[in-house]
Order: sequence, then C-alpha cells, then structure tokens
Amino acid sequence: MIPNEPKITPELVAEHGLKLDEYRRVLDLIGREPTLTELGIFSAMWNEHCSYKSSKVHLRTLPTKAPWVIQGPGENAGVIDVGDGLACVFKMESHNHPSYIEPYQGAATGVGGILRDVFTMGARPIACLNALSFGSPAHPKTRHLVSGVVAGIGGYGNSFGVPTVGGSVRFHARYDGNCLVNAMAVGIAKKDKIFYAAASGVGMPIVYLGSKTGRDGIHGASMASAEFDEDSEGKRPTVQVGDPFSEKLLLEACLEIMHKDCVIAIQDMGAAGLTCSAVEMGAKGDLGVTLELDKVPCREEGMTAYEMMLSESQERMLMVLKPEKETEAETIFRKWGLDFAVVGETTPSKRFVVRHHGDVMADLPIKELGDQAPEYKRPFVSAAKPAVVNADRVRAPVGLSEALEKLLATPDLCSKRWVWEQYDHIILGNTVQRPGGDAAVVRVEDGPKGLALSTDVTPRYCEADAFEGGKQAVAECWRNLTSVGARPLAITDNLNFGNPERPEIMGQFVGCIRGIAAACKALDFPVVSGNVSLYNETNGRAILPTPSIGGVGLLGDFAKSATIAFKRGGEAILLVGETAGWLGQSIYLRDICGREEGAPPPVDLTEERENGDFVRTLILDGSASAAHDLSDGGLAVALAEMAMASDIGAALDEGPGDIVSHAYWFGEDQARYLITVPAAEVDMVMRRARAASVPVWRIGTTGGNALALPGERLLPLAALGERFEGWLPTYMAGELANA
Amino acid sequence: MCWDDAGAVHAMKAAVLVFPGINRERDMARTLRLVSGTAPAMVWHAETELPAGTDLVVIPGGFSYGDYLRCGAIAARSPIMDAVRVHAAKGGLTLGVCNGFQILCEAGLLPGVLMRNAQLRFICHDVYLRVERSDTAFTRGYNAGQVIRVPVAHGEGNYIADGETIARLEGEGRVIFRYSSPDGMIDPNWNHNGAINAIAGILNERGNVLGMMPHPENHVEAAIGPTDGRGLFAGLAEVLERVA
Repeated sequence: MIPNEPKITPELVAEHGLKLDEYRRVLDLIGREPTLTELGIFSAMWNEHCSYKSSKVHLRTLPTKAPWVIQGPGENAGVIDVGDGLACVFKMESHNHPSYIEPYQGAATGVGGILRDVFTMGARPIACLNALSFGSPAHPKTRHLVSGVVAGIGGYGNSFGVPTVGGSVRFHARYDGNCLVNAMAVGIAKKDKIFYAAASGVGMPIVYLGSKTGRDGIHGASMASAEFDEDSEGKRPTVQVGDPFSEKLLLEACLEIMHKDCVIAIQDMGAAGLTCSAVEMGAKGDLGVTLELDKVPCREEGMTAYEMMLSESQERMLMVLKPEKETEAETIFRKWGLDFAVVGETTPSKRFVVRHHGDVMADLPIKELGDQAPEYKRPFVSAAKPAVVNADRVRAPVGLSEALEKLLATPDLCSKRWVWEQYDHIILGNTVQRPGGDAAVVRVEDGPKGLALSTDVTPRYCEADAFEGGKQAVAECWRNLTSVGARPLAITDNLNFGNPERPEIMGQFVGCIRGIAAACKALDFPVVSGNVSLYNETNGRAILPTPSIGGVGLLGDFAKSATIAFKRGGEAILLVGETAGWLGQSIYLRDICGREEGAPPPVDLTEERENGDFVRTLILDGSASAAHDLSDGGLAVALAEMAMASDIGAALDEGPGDIVSHAYWFGEDQARYLITVPAAEVDMVMRRARAASVPVWRIGTTGGNALALPGERLLPLAALGERFEGWLPTYMAGELANA
Repeated sequence: MCWDDAGAVHAMKAAVLVFPGINRERDMARTLRLVSGTAPAMVWHAETELPAGTDLVVIPGGFSYGDYLRCGAIAARSPIMDAVRVHAAKGGLTLGVCNGFQILCEAGLLPGVLMRNAQLRFICHDVYLRVERSDTAFTRGYNAGQVIRVPVAHGEGNYIADGETIARLEGEGRVIFRYSSPDGMIDPNWNHNGAINAIAGILNERGNVLGMMPHPENHVEAAIGPTDGRGLFAGLAEVLERVA
C-alpha cells in the first residue's frame, strides 16, 4: 500500500515543472494519483534536461554512423574505433545554470559529471576541453564568473589528474545573465572492454558505489530546465558540491572492478541522481528495478525517499553486478575507501519500485519513465536571412596595422593564456600540443598514434543564420583538426539555446541542427554523443544560439602533427582557399566598425573537404612546415598568431586589386588555411594544388621580427605579443576602465 | 651515456608511493622506466614496508587526500611513511615532487612549508630552474649554474621557512634549484609562486632527500617536448648502478 501524503495539488504539480497535459499523462499511465515521491520521479525524468522532449525529434536527423563508430548517441558517451584494439570515448556536456549561480562549484561539478560519463564506459580519461561563453566584459558580474568558472574547472580537473588541453572562451552581452560552461572529456578504453548502461539478467544485484547521498542538488535537473529571473540566486542550494578526490578514487575503483570483470552494466549518477540512473539501466535493458532505500549510504540522517531519489550528490555510480563477484568488488571499493552497498535488484516486471521503511514509495512503469518519455514537436519559425554586407561600402575607420593591433587585444581574439595556465595541461605526460594552437594533440598510450581535439562554434554566425552557423561550427572544428594533420573522425555536440517554447528559438535550434547534419554528412564526421541545454534565458532574453562542437581526429603518428608557429625565416606563406573579403558578421565589422550585422560567411562543404584534404596531405608528407586555419579575425589575425607563436615575422604582399584591403585582410571567408613551405618547394606545392583543383596563393615570406603588411608601418612582434597577452590578465586584475 | 639502451645493465630499484589522490604516479613510473630501463614498484600507502632492496623512494605529485587539510598533511601520516623515514635515516635516496615535496615537509623529512602561490592561482607552465650544485646524487646529470626548463603545475608551491632555517639551508648549500630567468638570473618576474629566495627545491642535511615543486618527470621525451628533466633521473640511475 502506497502512503499518499501530502495530497497532490495543482500548485505542487506546477512546482515540479510538469505541465497540465504532462500530469494528465501521469494519471493515465498509473491510473491513480501519484505519491509525492512519484511526482518527484516524473519531474526528474520528464524535464527537458533528462528527457530531451523538445529536441529528440530533431536530434534523430543527425548523422551518427560511420564504419569507425562503435557507439553513437544514447549512451553515457560516444565511442569510436582508433585502431590497435583501442577506442576513444568522449562527450561534451553543459553545466550552465549551476555555473552562473555558483561559478566554482557549478563548473567543477560540470567537469566531474563529464569525466564520470567517460569512465563509466570503461575508459581512462586522457584529456578534458571546454567551451566557455561569458557576458560582456563590462557587465559587473563577468569578472566574478570568469574567475570562478576557470578556478572550478582547474580545481576539479587538476586534482582528478586529467590534462585540460584545449577549449575556447568568448564574451558577448547576450550571455550577461546566463554564462555557458560546456565541458568535454575524452578517454581511451580497450575496444572489447566497453561498458554500457543496459541491465541484463533478472535478480541481479544493483550496487551503489562512491560517495554518500546528501541533500545537495535536489531538483538540479529541473532548474536546468527553466528560465532564469531575478530570484535565480536563491537557487544556490540546488548546486552540488564537487569532490575531485572522491572522483579520482571512484575512477580507480571502477576501472579495477571492470578489469576484474565484475560488471554487467554501469551508469553514473548525474542529473536526477539515483532516479535517472536506475530508470535508464532498467529501461534500456527492458527490465524492472526495485530499490531498497534503507540500504542507500546517506550523509545526513532522516532523508526521505523523495530526497534520496532526487539528490544530485556527486561522485556516485550505480552498477549491476555479477552476483558471484560481490565480495571481490566490495573489497576493491573498500580498499579505495568508498561506499559499496547492494541497494536493489533487477526484476522481470518492467516496473520501477522504490521501497523505504517497509513502504512502497513508488511503483511506476519503467519504460514510460525512461526511453518512452513525452516528446514534443514544438512549432518553430526560421528568422529572415539578413542581407549580405557589401564590403566595398564598409569604410575602414583605421589603417590595417592599427586595426590588427586593436583586434589582437579584444576580448574574443586575445590570448587566453590566463585561463589555460590555471589548468594542468601536461599531466599524464602525453600532451604533444598544448593549448594555444588550432587543436590540442595528445599521444595515445605510448604512441605513435595521437588524438587531435578541438571545441568550436561561432555563435554570432548562428544568430544571423542558424543553418550556415550550424554548418560553420562543424566545419571549423573539422578544419582545426585538419590543421594539425589529423583525420577528423567524429564529434560530440553540446547544443545551448533559449526557451524552446518560443517558436523563434525553436527555429534557431532546428536551423542549427540542419546545418550540423549537412556538414557532418558532407565531411564524414558523425555525431556520437551530445547534450542539449535549453531555457538559457534570463528575463526573457535568450543567449546567442551556441551549438558547441567538440571534435576528435586521429593522427597515425603524433610526431607528424603540424603547429601554427612559423619554423624558420625565408619560407613561403601560402593561403589555401578562396578569399572574397566577407565582412558580414566578422570580428572586424563588430569590433573595429562597431557594426554587428549582415549574413555570416557561407560554408561550401565541398571546398572545405577539398582544401582540408589537400592541407592534411601536405602536413603528413612533410611539405608544410606550419599550418593554421583561418577563422575569427581572418587572414591578418591568423598571420599574427603564427608569427607570435614563433617570434619569426613575415613580409606580406599586396592583396588582389578587386578586394578592398580591409576586407581581404580581415574578412572571414571559410574553408581557408595558411601554410608555410620552404621556398624551393613552392612550385611543386602549386602544381599539386592545381592538380587537386585547390586554390592556393603565395602571399608572403617569413622572416624578421615584425609583421609587415603591405604599405603599412612595421608591427614588431614583441609589441604585438604584449597586446595579445595583455588584455585578459589586465581585465581580470580589475585594471581596465569601463570593463 | 645512453640510459634507455635496452641492453644496458640496470640496478636501480625504485619505489613510487601511491596515496589516495596522488595523480602523477603514472608519469613518474613511465619516466623511471624510460630513463633507467626498469619499471618501479608501485607501493600502496597502507603498506608498512618498502619492497626489499628499494634504493630510491619517489613520492609523486597529485592531491593526496584531496589536499583538503594542509597539502600533504594526511599522507605524511600514512603507514608507509614510517618505512620511508627508516629508508631516509639509513641514507636511502628519496625524491618528492610537487605534492611529494609537500608530503616530505609535512613528514618532517624536509624543513619549511609550501604556501598558496603569491598570485593565489594554480599555475601550469614551463619555468626555468638554475641548478645550484651538480655534486649531489640528484643533480650530477647537470652542471652547476646550468639553467633547465621544466614545467610546474601547482597552487601551493610558495616555499617558506623561518629565517634561521633559510639561513641554514643557504649556508649549507642545500638550495638545489631556484626559479630563474632563461639566462639564470634570479628575478621576481621569473619567480611565479613567490617562494622565498626563489627556492624551487631543497635537500635535507644529509643530502639524500630532495623535495622540489617542478615536474622534471614531464620533460624527458624529445617526441613530447623539452628533455631537461632527464638529467635528474639519468644521474640517479647512474649513481644507483654504481652503488650496485
């Protein structure tokens, strides 16, 4: 007999974030009024964060298959084959709302959550990345958020012991009330030792592992599924507290029991904790699950069933154990000082049953809670396409050299060293390319293979044209991996948008998904995992649409990877790809001309592929001594980055006469790269380019200690470097006026 | 010398201690294996004895016990540390890196303490170290005055001790590594954590226990980056081979 106190009122239903029609569906499903615990369980499982109810129908359209894909979306993380019997396991996930409310712990637990997703599958984490979006530097809260988020990411990853090797940081006023913290983790597992969430076998013990359950994080997933307002600060108690020390112990203990072949199925307790993990294991395995809450290790006394089922205490796992291995598994967990408790079993009933103090607190159909949760086809409208900005009519307010100096010291283009120096990016001894290049490169075990990793998106493009922006995010990630010489294999997507109940936001979402799908298909670059974060709005104002793309590429020999730094003087600088001088939505137009407008640069996916394949071939056969993709800030900024990374300057030739010079040097046309080759090999490379139908121009020569744009005063690298490196530390020290 | 020559005879018998929360034990083990040709024993903190014949104890970096009390304070009281004290008292070589340095200080095997970095942030980047002496078991692979480039990764590496202790350390030549400029000048701009006298590594009185904040074990492979850390391990391997 299920006790039913208190009474379920419409107010209580609304407080749980369930819509009236969703509540009716609950009543129809179970044929009676739910208990409070059951209402909590429905609220946890059917919220946007856990159920993907607004996004699922669109996510299904993404390409998810390739011969090298072992596991696509739907598991804790995606898995791809990287050869030699090894698999790469990776995923990116957001922790936006918690990070805005409590930046250190919000970001820290974001890292903790994504690491668990990866090692739950049997992989040892080898690298972390992140994609961070903050409000305007002038906003009073931004500095506090940057400081806390960066310290939180570092605090967790550094202590856990995984190198944080790359990422991106951007600033825009549209993130003022809602920063984005997207964390990506990458691990390596034996291909034939991947662990999944689906339970199998009836009467198998369900084991609770890790830290104890407390009252922290209750309703965290529901918070992540609602908009923000002035009172959001009051939600601080729903932010969990991370303990990287426990997570490190949990990692070692989990890998040890997996190695000893104790595990049938395993699922980390992330959003909606015990509820979500138990339901997913049962639902995926077409089995029921019974939990005995009296056996759950608790940190606090007197916790109710409701609290235990909704707690988001960190560093916990749920596992279906091979019964004969119980003693062996428990010994391993005790050795690491972690809790180990059999808290339930699998059943043939397809019911999710929760008992506490002898009472049945919940008895629900498990499939409908889990993989058959509600789905919406929300109405959407696509925004009108903005007009193309005619570069000829954009007046250059300053000269080229001055513009370049200014751009290198803008929040979006400046060096992010202040951020990544707070992350241990060398631990494990495999970091071949550290932060600051196009993509990070990490050695796989003892080599010679390497993985290239990058996170990318250009939200202002997505805002202006969701479809082109979605394409560009994937293409830029593919390009960054290509620029180090890697073959791009697959992506994880972390889709951050506003309120999906607004048709224009849903239009952005749908447009971006279509763009991502088109690029993934054209570039053979499938989506293998991902996360959707909606309701990123404060007081009705949405963030810029931000589909962060995390990509993984493979290098057969990490020693062949290319870096952005010029290698020696006297080498030819070659520009690969067509330049039209596209100024619409460029950083130049925004930060130099003060105009945030126009259509973003179109992405020709055939050109992307041809140009990228050409560059990768040159890198791998040793013809290209340096390579860099062109993105924010265009040609001039990319050249400056290559020069500053090497302390070798360059003299540049005049651009073509039919493009206004500031559009040539700062336009953001896509599918472009810069490479350097020894002067003697220019003709050979040009011949190969013609044969491959890839447009290539020689645009200058490396040498000296300054950047010489044609007809402009010299820009000494030391001074450029000071500007480039100076902005962020100065801002963070609070020493910038108006910012 | 070619210490990774698989044909060489090696007698070095290293033990790498593993405390809960230590996380650079794999880096250290790989480096010892690469440079000496022999994989070290990994010794769990709950053990009470070192493997027989251990001639080098290494306490690697990490966040033992989460560093939730003072860094290294709990690990310093682990069962295995009594065995390390005995090993050190007999003149056995002992190296503590980063958290290992903090643990050695907390265990009383080295004087002083590591405080929060002066800028109050965790810092990971390459630093330059001036090697003050080459006549120790740990630095025989270098020349005195040589500058090496190795990474740091710590939030609490700001070395401090009372005036008398510092005077003794300096007077007895026990400051082995100092943060310096690339050309070996001691300059506050190159002392990233604010350590007194730019101290990056110190020896005990007897000269057999070294604690240092930077990570020489992360700079030993040319394929990955600089190799300036190699000299420390190559020197130790050479000493221990001769002893054998």
